[in-house]
Amino acid sequence: MSEAITTVVKVQTPFKRLCTQFAESPVAMVGLVMLVVVMFTALFAPWISPQNPYDLASLDLMDARLAPGEKGLNGQTYLLGTDGQGRDMVSAIFYGLRVSLYVGLTSGIIALVIGSVLGVLAAHLGGRFEQVIMRLVDIQLGFPAILVALVLLAVLGKGVDKIIIALVSVQWAYYARTARSAALVERGKEYVEAARSLGLKGSRIVLRHLLPNAMAPLIVVGTVQVAHAIALEATLSFLGLGLPATEPSLGLLISNGYEYLLSGKYWISVYPGIALLLTILAINLVGDQMRDILNPRLSR
Amino acid sequence: MSALLTVKDLRTEFATRDGILPAVADVSFELNRGEVLGLVGESGSGKSVTGFSIMGLVDAPGKIAGGSIVFDGQELVGADDETLRRLRGRRIAMIFQDPMMTLNPVLTVETQMIETVLAHESLSRAVARERCVEVLGKVGIASPSERLGQYPHQFSGGMRQRVAIAIAMLHKPDLIIADEPTTALDVTVQGQILYEMQQLVSQSGTALIWITHDLAVVAGLADKIAVMYAGRIVEQGPAEDVLNDPTHPYTRGLLDSVPATTTPGQRLRQIPGSTPSIMQLGAGCAFEARCTHITKACAVMPNMVAIGTRTTRCWNPIVQQPSTASTESAA
Repeated sequence: MSEAITTVVKVQTPFKRLCTQFAESPVAMVGLVMLVVVMFTALFAPWISPQNPYDLASLDLMDARLAPGEKGLNGQTYLLGTDGQGRDMVSAIFYGLRVSLYVGLTSGIIALVIGSVLGVLAAHLGGRFEQVIMRLVDIQLGFPAILVALVLLAVLGKGVDKIIIALVSVQWAYYARTARSAALVERGKEYVEAARSLGLKGSRIVLRHLLPNAMAPLIVVGTVQVAHAIALEATLSFLGLGLPATEPSLGLLISNGYEYLLSGKYWISVYPGIALLLTILAINLVGDQMRDILNPRLSR
Repeated sequence: MSALLTVKDLRTEFATRDGILPAVADVSFELNRGEVLGLVGESGSGKSVTGFSIMGLVDAPGKIAGGSIVFDGQELVGADDETLRRLRGRRIAMIFQDPMMTLNPVLTVETQMIETVLAHESLSRAVARERCVEVLGKVGIASPSERLGQYPHQFSGGMRQRVAIAIAMLHKPDLIIADEPTTALDVTVQGQILYEMQQLVSQSGTALIWITHDLAVVAGLADKIAVMYAGRIVEQGPAEDVLNDPTHPYTRGLLDSVPATTTPGQRLRQIPGSTPSIMQLGAGCAFEARCTHITKACAVMPNMVAIGTRTTRCWNPIVQQPSTASTESAA
């Protein structure tokens, strides 16, 4: 307590403590492992896929709709079968995962940045700015996300950038609302008053003091929202409004196999569906555990 | 005479649902360089709001409704935000009550100290860091260079308050407003910090406003004392005179309430009744309901009157009170 004691106590860093707490739940660890596998697959899809599904020249229509495990004309075994164009389903799923995750994460991160900046600013500035932003959030959240995204895509057209715009514009409001409430709580704390009493500039207080302290709930909302974004993108692609057919995401793959579903060729739809399911499950399991350990009210 | 800080008829109000609440009214005092003013009062007496008013940190729904605060020749009431921001931290610094709360938990002490230095001076980070190490050493933190890189949770309560004091001292301010900085600490740590503050202030010639409810703390530290009750100063003067020979019945009551003055086994003395709500104050003296010296005159709010070395807000000030008042109040 006094200056006589100079030994510095080794304290767990906050990050290490988070990791230990995270590992306490076996279910969350399973989710994390699944998530790592999914991410790895998506990241290294071009190197681990048996076939390049975008390369039309390597596809053979004679190999179309082969059942899982059947051999193609060139002697290649298709573990999960092929789709209507003779595309290897394993490769298509790997590449589809890549597209789905890319769209989900990118839109999630952009929405997180835009939403949290607007939310924290609203809390900090108050007054008319806050009113306008928060009413926009209310309006945004008043409409079903799928409806807003459908309308936007109908106007904008197809394309990866367009669907990211659509996903960002339906997601930012969640982040803005969370960021504002977190910042309002933090703003009432004494260290913010102390920072003001030191003559720090307003912008600095927002960026260095409010934002980092409001991060915990934003991370939680972020994981859930990325899962939502992936599901929403799949839905839009399934409806034929999302990504162009040249870059099939999981949703588009499911949609491609839909017409064969009743004729017994289940694999074209079902396997991409399982991949989508596992991805979202993994993100949600990790997100749930994050919520539990970052929520001070649930902490033990 | 040119005092460092002259507060005159300060009035700070808060707009509440039930009407205007004058948290601080008619507060006037002067403070010279190197002087220590003890601002004493119960919770809710307006002592912290006075401090915040000087810093220009009264937030809506509160506002300074009148009076003037002149700091080193410059009027602070109605000054624009940028002017106040430049003064804050550089020439007027504040230390808060709870050291657990005043440091940002997610930033290292180094980051927080350096940003304070850089908020007012354009220096290189290395020079700023050197200054931080030096000041941390001054407030009694061992191996400041290593501790600088740590987070607030790695410091004990007393150490954290030292860091807060160090941050306040970074720019060698002319005035430090300390809002009950030792209340949350152990008595031993409190003693050390008081001693160190006294040293620092006397070495640097910094004026200090020490806001507290603890008379024992103020007794050893302050040159002047102002006692606040229900938003007003009821008595002020040199510390020794106010403490040894209080003229206002409230000051008397406060001093009598210190348990150390009671003989063991006897009932502890207290001021009868409780602090009135400022909203419900009438035209009379705020202390009327609890006072032992009421007369008809007390139905009107008294003004500050000079008695010897000090001023007191009372119609019937206690003059030449015998120093042992225990027999009379035991009944």
